[in-house]
Amino acid sequence: MTDLSIPTEVVTPEPLTVPPPGKQGKPSSLWSDAWHELRRKPSFIISAAIILLMVVMAIFPQLFTSVNPRECSLINSIQPPSSEHWFGTDLQGCDYYARTIYGARTSVSIGVVVTFFATLVAVTLGSLSGYKGGYLDTVISRITDIWFAIPLILAGIVFLNALGSKGFWNVCAVLIVFGWPTMLRLMRSSVLSVRELDYIDAARALGASDWRIITRHVLPNGITPVIVYATITVGVIIAVEATLSFLNVGLQLPAISWGLMISVAQNRILASPHLLFFPGIFLSVTVFAFILMGDALRDALDPKLR
Amino acid sequence: MTKVTPLDTAFDPHAADTGVLLEVRDLEVEFRMRAGTVKAANKVSYQVDKGETLAIVGESGSGKTVSAQAIMGIIDSPPGFITGGEILFRGKDLLKMEEKERRQIRGDRVSMIFQDALTALNPVFTVGWQISEMFQKHRGMSKSEGYKRAVELMNLVKIPSAAERVNAYPHEFSGGMRQRVMIAMAIALDPDVLIADEPTTALDVTVQAQIMDLLADLQQQTGMGLILITHDLGVVAEVADKVSVMYAAEIAETADIRELYQHPYHPYTEGLMRSLVRPDHKGGRLSPIKGSPPDLLHIPSGCPFHPRCDYVQDICRTDDPPLREIVEGRTSACHFAEVFSND
Amino acid sequence: MTSYIIRRVGQFVLVFFAATFLIFAMVFAIPGDPIRALAGEKPMPESLRQSLIQQYHLDEPLLAQYWHYVTGLIQGDLGESFNQRPVADIIKEAFPKTLRLATYAFIIEMVIGVTAGVYAGIRKDKFLDSLVKVSTVAVISVPIFVLGFVAQLVIGVRLGWLPVTAGNPPSLYGYLLPALVLASVSLAYVARLTRSSVVENLRADYVRTAKAKGLSQRRVIGVHTFRNSLIPVITFLAIDLGALMSGAIVTERIFNIPGLGRAVYEATISQEGAVVVGIVTVLVVIYAVANLVVDILYAVLDPRIRYD
Repeated sequence: MTDLSIPTEVVTPEPLTVPPPGKQGKPSSLWSDAWHELRRKPSFIISAAIILLMVVMAIFPQLFTSVNPRECSLINSIQPPSSEHWFGTDLQGCDYYARTIYGARTSVSIGVVVTFFATLVAVTLGSLSGYKGGYLDTVISRITDIWFAIPLILAGIVFLNALGSKGFWNVCAVLIVFGWPTMLRLMRSSVLSVRELDYIDAARALGASDWRIITRHVLPNGITPVIVYATITVGVIIAVEATLSFLNVGLQLPAISWGLMISVAQNRILASPHLLFFPGIFLSVTVFAFILMGDALRDALDPKLR
Repeated sequence: MTKVTPLDTAFDPHAADTGVLLEVRDLEVEFRMRAGTVKAANKVSYQVDKGETLAIVGESGSGKTVSAQAIMGIIDSPPGFITGGEILFRGKDLLKMEEKERRQIRGDRVSMIFQDALTALNPVFTVGWQISEMFQKHRGMSKSEGYKRAVELMNLVKIPSAAERVNAYPHEFSGGMRQRVMIAMAIALDPDVLIADEPTTALDVTVQAQIMDLLADLQQQTGMGLILITHDLGVVAEVADKVSVMYAAEIAETADIRELYQHPYHPYTEGLMRSLVRPDHKGGRLSPIKGSPPDLLHIPSGCPFHPRCDYVQDICRTDDPPLREIVEGRTSACHFAEVFSND
Repeated sequence: MTSYIIRRVGQFVLVFFAATFLIFAMVFAIPGDPIRALAGEKPMPESLRQSLIQQYHLDEPLLAQYWHYVTGLIQGDLGESFNQRPVADIIKEAFPKTLRLATYAFIIEMVIGVTAGVYAGIRKDKFLDSLVKVSTVAVISVPIFVLGFVAQLVIGVRLGWLPVTAGNPPSLYGYLLPALVLASVSLAYVARLTRSSVVENLRADYVRTAKAKGLSQRRVIGVHTFRNSLIPVITFLAIDLGALMSGAIVTERIFNIPGLGRAVYEATISQEGAVVVGIVTVLVVIYAVANLVVDILYAVLDPRIRYD
C-alpha cells in the first residue's frame, strides 16, 4: 500500500551542499543545468506528457467528451465497451468513458491540493524547526513522532468515518493533516545539513537576519529533496484517495472519482472486468507519471551525479 | 613474528637476492568516461627495494594513487583499464597473473593503507574482527587465534589498552588511533611491500609525526619496502630514501632524497622547492609555480609542464620528453635535464 | 546501549499515550453529537442514548473520557459493538487471520524483495537492474485494490491458478494470492531500497579496503557490504508494517478473509464507531511496538547510533 512514509533515502537527492559548478564559460545554476538534462530525459518527457494530459482532462473535460457523465439510464446498465459507449456503461447505465474523463478532475485536484498545503506546512515548520533548533525543534519533532505513529490510511478511516460528511474538502483536510509529517522530517533534515555550511556562517557574519538567511540561502538549497518528494506525493495522494473511496470512507456518490467508480462496482467486477479496467488504468498511469517525474527530477537535481 | 611465506617458492629466486622487490615499468592506465578518456598513468616507472622507502610526490590529480591501485589490482574496471606496462613483484609480472593468485598476494605480500581511516574501515565490525579476518582468511587460523594476534598487533602499533579495545568499533577511536588500526591490519601478515596512500593527510601535525615514526619503526623491524604517496614535501623529507615526483600522470623525476632537495633535475621539482616556505627566507613574496595543474582530460601537447615552465623551448611544446637516466640513480623527464645537472 | 533503549522506551510511552489520545480526541471531540461518532446516523430511542452516554462517560470532560478509555484499553476492554459484543472479542477472533496474512506477505516481500534488490545492485545498469527498476515503479503505481482485483481476475478467474477467495476458514492455499497482492507494493519498495543501498555501499571506501585485504568478491559483497546494506531496509520494515496493516484492510475485503481488516471495513459500513476506534487503536499500538523493536534492532546492527 503506498503509504506516505516512503523511505526517503530511496527517492530523494541530497540537498545542495556544494555550490554547483557551472558549465564552461556560462554562469549557471543547478536549475538551469537540471532543466537541460531533463529536457533530454525520456522519463521526464513521458511523465510530463501524461501529467499534462491529465491536468487538461481535469480542467477541460469537455475537450475529451461531449457526453454528460450523469446522464444515466438504467436500461443501459453494465454494458461492455461498444462503439456507442467506448468504455461501456456502469451499474446505473452512465457512460463509463465520460465518467472516467470527469473522474480526472477529482483525483488530480485532490492530489494537487493536498500536496500543496501539506508541503506548505511541512516546509514552513520543517525549516523553522531545523534552523532554529532548541525548544521549538524538540516540540515539533515530538509532535511529528506522534503523527508518525498513525498510518495514513488508518487515520483516514477513523476520522472520515467519524466526520460523517465526506465531501471534497473534508477528505482533503484529513489527508493534509496526516500527510505533512514525512515531508516535515525531510525538510528538517535537509535544513540541518545545509545549516552547517560555511556560507551560512558567512551570511550571518555579514549581518543577515534569520528570515533572510532562511529564505535566501537555506530554502533554495534545502528544498530540492522536498520538491522531488512532493511530486511523488501527488501520485501517492491520488492513490490514497482512491483507496479511501474504495473503502467507503472517502468521497461518496454523486461525486465522480476513479476509486469510487471501482468501489461502487466491486461486486460486479469479476463478471464485467471493464468496470475495473478503465478507471484502474487511468489511476495507475497517473500515479505512475508522478512517480516517474519524481525519479527524473531526482536524477537531474542530484549534484553528485554530475 | 615468524615469517610464513608459502609464496616464496613461486617467485624468481634470483630476484629475491637482488633486493628489487617491486618494479613498475612503463605502466599505462586509462579511465574511459562519458566526458572523454583520461590517461591517469603515462609510462610510469619506479621501483622499491627491500627496506627502502620510496615517496611518490605530486599534486592532487597527478595520478599518484592510480599506479598504487594498479599494483594492488583494485582499480575499478570499468571505467579504469590498464593498457600497458608491467608490474614485477619479485620478478613476476602481477598484471599477467591469474586473479586467484593475485588475491593471495593482496594483503599478504603487498598491502595498502588509505587516507581516511574512518571511511576505510567497516563501521559495523569491531577492529578486532577486521584485523583477525586477515589471519582467518589468509592463514586459515581460528577466530580466537586471530583475535589473539590482533591484540598483539594492536600493541605493536602502540594502541593503548589493546586487550579491551579489540572489541571496539572504528568510530570509537580517534583519528590517529584509527590509522594505527589500519596499519596493524595492513602489516598483520608481514608483507614485503606496504603502500601508504596519504596516510597522514587527514591527521593533526603532531599525530602525523607519530604515525610516520611508527611506519619508520615498523620498516626497520621487518625490512619491508615502503611506498609513501603524498603531496606533502615536508613529510617526505623525514622518512624517504628515494623520491619520485609526478606531474600530469607522468613521472617528472626520480632521485635520492637529499640530491633531489639540493639539486633538482626537472623544472617542476625546482619550482616546488622554490615555492616551499622556508624559515631562512624572511620577508619577500612567496613564489608559487605560475599557472595551475592541468585537467587530465586536456593535457597540454608535448611536455605536459611546458605552459608553466620558465625554461620552455620549442621542442617542449611538441615532444613529450621520455623518462631517462641522467646520471646513475637519477632519472628525469625533461629535454634539458643535463643543463640542470651541470649547473 | 542501555541508555539508548531506555530513551527509546520512554519515547514509546509518550507516543502510546499521545497517539491513542489523538485518535480518541479527534473522534469524540468533534463538535456536534458525540453519539454520532459511536453510532452514525442510526435512529435510536432516548433510553439507549442515555445508556450509551453512561457507558462511555460522554458527559464527562474529554480528558476523563480518555482516561476511562485508556485504562479500559490496557485491561483489554474496548467497549462493545451494538449487539453487545465486546470489541475485544471481535479483535481476538479476527487477529490470527490477519496475522497469518501479514506474516506470509512479509516473508514474500523480504525474500523476493531483498534478493531482487541485491542482484540489481550488484549488476547495476545491466538488464536485471533495469528490469527491477521498471517493474518496481510499475507495481508501486497501481493502487493495491486495483492490483487485488486484477490478480483475482487474471490469476483466479481467467487462469484459475489460485482460488478467488480465501475460503472459510481460509486455507493456506487460499492465503497465497492475497499475501502476494499485499506484499506486492512493499516488495517493490524493499527491492528498490536494497538496490540503492547495495549500490551505495559498493562505492564505499571500506569496500576498497576489503578488496585490498585480498578478500574474495563473494566475501566482500556477502559479508562486508551486506550488513551495511541491510540497515536502511530494517528501518523500512517498521514503516512497512503500517502499509501492511492498511493494505490488509483492502486485501481482506477483496479476498474475503475474516481478519481485522475486514472487521474494520464492515464496522465503517455499519457505522460502529466503537469497533472502528477500538481496532484502529490496537493497530496503532502494535505499530508503535514494532517501531520500538525495529529501532532497537537497528542499534544492534549499526553500532554508530547507539550513542545518539
